[in-house]
Amino acid sequence: MIKAILIFNNHGKPRLSKFYEHYSEDTEQQIIRETFHLVSKRDENVCNFLEGGMLIGGSENKLIYRHYATLYFVFCVDSSESELGILDLIQVFVETLDKCFENVCELDLIFHVDKVHNILAEMVMGGMVLETNMNEIITQVDAQNKMEKSEVRL
Amino acid sequence: MSDVVEKTLSALPSLLSLDSQAGAGKLSPSSKLGNLIKGITELTSKHEEETLIKKELESIKEQVASPNTTMRQMKEIMVRAIYCEMLGYQASFSYIHAIKLAQQGSVLEKRVGYLAVSLFLNETDEFLLLLVNTVLKDLQSTNLIEVCMALTVVSQMFPKDMIPAILPVVEEKLTHPKEIIRRKAVLALYKFYLIAPNQVQHIHSKFRKALCDKDPGVMTASLHIYLQLIKENPESYKDLTGSMVTILRQVVGGKLPLDFNYHSVPAPWLQIQLLRILAYLGKEDQGTSEMMYDVLEESLRRAEMNHNITYAILFECVKTIYTVHPKSQLLEKAAECIGNFVLSPKINLKYLGLKALTYVVQQDANLALPHQMTIIECLDHSDVIIKRETLELLFRITNAQNVTVIVEKMLEFLRLTCDDYSTIDLVGKVAELTMNSVFSLGGDVMQPDIPNNFLRLLAEGVDNVEDRQLRLFAVDSYVSLLQGETAKLPQRFLQVISWVLGEYSYLREEESDPGSVMRLLARLLDQRHTSTETRSWVLGAMTKLCSSPVSVALARDVCERYLYSGSLNTVLRQKAQELMILSQDTKLRARVLPAEGRLESPEVDSSLSFLDGYVSDALAAGAAPYKSPHQRQEDLVQEKALSLEPYGLSLPVSLSSCSITDRRSPTLLSMSSGLSGNSTELSHQEGSTTLKLEGVKRVWGKDGYLAQQQSAGETPTPLVELPSPLLSPQSPPSQKPSSGLEPDQEKRQLASSLFVGLGSHNSVCLVRLPSTVWLFIKNCQSANQSNVVKSLFKPFYINSCQSKNHGSFVKVSGIFAARKSCQTDDSCCFPPQISCISGSPLKEVKGHSVSVCLHTVVMKRASVQVELAGLLSYQRPLGQPQAAQFSLSLSLKHFLRPLTVSTGDYGKMWLSFSHDLKQNLRLVTTEHQEPLTATLDALKGKLHLHVVDIIGSEGIVACRLLQGPGQGQPCLLHCRVHADSLAVWLRSPVPELPDSLLYHCQKALTET
Repeated sequence: MIKAILIFNNHGKPRLSKFYEHYSEDTEQQIIRETFHLVSKRDENVCNFLEGGMLIGGSENKLIYRHYATLYFVFCVDSSESELGILDLIQVFVETLDKCFENVCELDLIFHVDKVHNILAEMVMGGMVLETNMNEIITQVDAQNKMEKSEVRL
Repeated sequence: MSDVVEKTLSALPSLLSLDSQAGAGKLSPSSKLGNLIKGITELTSKHEEETLIKKELESIKEQVASPNTTMRQMKEIMVRAIYCEMLGYQASFSYIHAIKLAQQGSVLEKRVGYLAVSLFLNETDEFLLLLVNTVLKDLQSTNLIEVCMALTVVSQMFPKDMIPAILPVVEEKLTHPKEIIRRKAVLALYKFYLIAPNQVQHIHSKFRKALCDKDPGVMTASLHIYLQLIKENPESYKDLTGSMVTILRQVVGGKLPLDFNYHSVPAPWLQIQLLRILAYLGKEDQGTSEMMYDVLEESLRRAEMNHNITYAILFECVKTIYTVHPKSQLLEKAAECIGNFVLSPKINLKYLGLKALTYVVQQDANLALPHQMTIIECLDHSDVIIKRETLELLFRITNAQNVTVIVEKMLEFLRLTCDDYSTIDLVGKVAELTMNSVFSLGGDVMQPDIPNNFLRLLAEGVDNVEDRQLRLFAVDSYVSLLQGETAKLPQRFLQVISWVLGEYSYLREEESDPGSVMRLLARLLDQRHTSTETRSWVLGAMTKLCSSPVSVALARDVCERYLYSGSLNTVLRQKAQELMILSQDTKLRARVLPAEGRLESPEVDSSLSFLDGYVSDALAAGAAPYKSPHQRQEDLVQEKALSLEPYGLSLPVSLSSCSITDRRSPTLLSMSSGLSGNSTELSHQEGSTTLKLEGVKRVWGKDGYLAQQQSAGETPTPLVELPSPLLSPQSPPSQKPSSGLEPDQEKRQLASSLFVGLGSHNSVCLVRLPSTVWLFIKNCQSANQSNVVKSLFKPFYINSCQSKNHGSFVKVSGIFAARKSCQTDDSCCFPPQISCISGSPLKEVKGHSVSVCLHTVVMKRASVQVELAGLLSYQRPLGQPQAAQFSLSLSLKHFLRPLTVSTGDYGKMWLSFSHDLKQNLRLVTTEHQEPLTATLDALKGKLHLHVVDIIGSEGIVACRLLQGPGQGQPCLLHCRVHADSLAVWLRSPVPELPDSLLYHCQKALTET
């Protein structure tokens, strides 16, 4: 199960945080800080997996991350997820964002937090992977966008 | 594709530089969110951010409260509130409005409302109850998007008690014509199953229907449920094996629509999920496993290595093959596959390869053998995660013969690491590995504070998961030790075992009957070889354990034997009496041994104020007032002219020995408690005090382990430095010439010591210590001695050169330890770059002794690194001569010494030296120091250079290369800060020195 999905930039500013398990407000912030601390000090040429954050549940869980220019995408998952599978899921997520925002950039994530969450909701539901096919995700998101447009016209 | 993303993302800094023309295009300039974010990006400190967000929250609060705010505006306000919450500022006043938005908004506004709710609230929030009706309404809506939203929010969080209210409607969705709805409904039900399994029990048949759904997406979703169900209870789902195999075969065979392909691999995530399910189904079940062999083989074959995701499938496949009932043909292929992972240059795959190896060596440790060299390389990998995984792997293949080397590697890692998590994890492992082998080997000769330190390691610390696991592991391993033959375990080890069992057995209570530990302890008492002191420890443990009726009966039985069969030992009788009373009086036991109080350290009243009443009564009755031992002694001296020194001293000594460390010993305790007349209470109080030894380092493994090295032998032979003809650079008297060693000789050496005992002849002694302990002892008595000697033969220590007292040599000393008497001599051979000045030959080593030999070496020609190799030949009294090779790599920095010169002399020398070299190095930056000072300090610390002077942005540094007492070749460094780097100019009379030194400077600075 996926426990949390975090996106933050190179300076540790959170751009998206979604927790699928309940943590207190303070713990969530601590997790974001600790994760950033762990991930940011790693070189570019090391593996994309990290074990052993103290906060997000110890040895059972692992962090799987990808670094794209200014942004870190971090998935915190338990032992029932495949490392490489999640790594590709992050790629699918980023490619989907890129399609939906037509060349996604950090600002898109900031100004359209709600949309990013909606896209994510089509991929991961309650911590379970729902859909891994980019086209399928975009179809769903588009259907919702169409509705948005028709509503604006009204 | 990812390139494109990276490019766009890399363009961001310019966007964010906040001229904001670019950013402004993306949002309306009047947008309040835009202003907020613009404001935040301009901030420089956390404090400013706080002020700004507070202000923002105020304004949000005002707006949401205003009756004129439309739902449309509310939607925008919610997005701002989400942003504030993400930054860690609570906007709790907006929660109710988020719910209102979800209740009353149009579809779009509703969506933001639901999103805000799912981000702000959690299952336990009472606000959620307000949402139940809305969710119910939306679930029944004809608008698909509304239904989807409701299902999403339900699967994110829903109050447990309210599940029955919506369950029928969600169930209904399983037959919805749209597959996306069916799919989300399946996941929502899975979530219900996780939080309230009882409530969805009746719909298991519907899950089966979902598994057979014509839409592969719905089927995939249902696998989440089955993975969980099968993991919990594989027996009930064996009948599904056939279906799962068929599904996997169809997927692998490309029968799914092309839509499901990812990088032309058919539904990889689905394959992974299915492989996991098969692993659970086939585990320890030959019949079921046989059904899946074919499809597993096909998966392996089809997954050609061409994309990341195929590796994911392969990894899963390998794990499944090693989990299900073994089939040799498949195992072979899987092993080959693991080899590809381990050898891969891609670091992620290497990591997974090590992980797979760690998993499979638990079944067959020999699988690690082909990858020895890779594993050794990974030990020195620059990525800590890889290093840690490698140590984990080594931990699994630890056996009696390689335990020394592996523990050493772990300690090495420990010294370098600074991250809490791995420290705790590793300390635990080191403790596991060392405690059992150390205790059973070193046993009674070891110093008493080693077990005390170990117990402190267990007892100390917060009650977190890791500590509990370590304790539980200790308890489990000791229980299994006691179940075996205990006659040969050292007494002290038995004492440690009893204390641990007494204190922490409750951790395993849920899984075993409470009497089992008691019975084991009672058995220990029955054995003849158990010493009196150990017996009293055992009785102490029993006292702590007698909480259940079974154990009370057992305890009484034991006590009666001790009290009535007339044991003569008063301490034992005392303990037995205590136990007897406690076992008879439940109330007293509850008061003295509170179940939940065991983790708190009771406050020990060192002033003994609870005795005040007793004392004043006694004084009133005419007793003499108490005098301290010191006072008494003075009185005695005054009274009598005779010096009573020897007697007088004995009193304070015995009192002080009763201090913290010995407080643990029940023997002493009972004596003191017997005196106090308040026995049970006091002894308990003392007995469960968590040890708090201030000032002692927690790294038990390190101290305890090293201490054992010395304590294993009675006295090291005195060090004599004698020039020995044996040590001149000649070829050694063995058949193997060890000069001209290959560069990776050291690695080979390490490999052979790490993987010793993994060969076929030793396949019984796989890993996990409780069993190894036995093997080690057995080995010592059997003919297999050469291995024992080898494993005890610690690779050399370098007595490094920091100490100024003997600063003119590099000392190389080796410690040879032998458990049985055997003859050793050694010879060292040195490659041309270094030469040996003096050394002491090894003499005969008797049983249990340690012999130390010392050689002095110097570097003749400067080079980055030199190898020192040698041969240790030894002979048992009645055996063939045998030989063991060793090698050691010494780097230039071991031979460097500071050269103290004045600035003037430096100038003169500088001009006279002919060989020079210039290079730019990176600067070290720290918070407190100038970059130049920090860099030179780093060099000084790591390479023993002497900083002659620092003037402005320039610094001069000098050192010399050791070449014998009082001699040495100088090397001068001139450093200047230039832009962001350090321009270094090296000069020396020797051609090779600047080059080699520069290499080490570079290395030292990149490591900083």
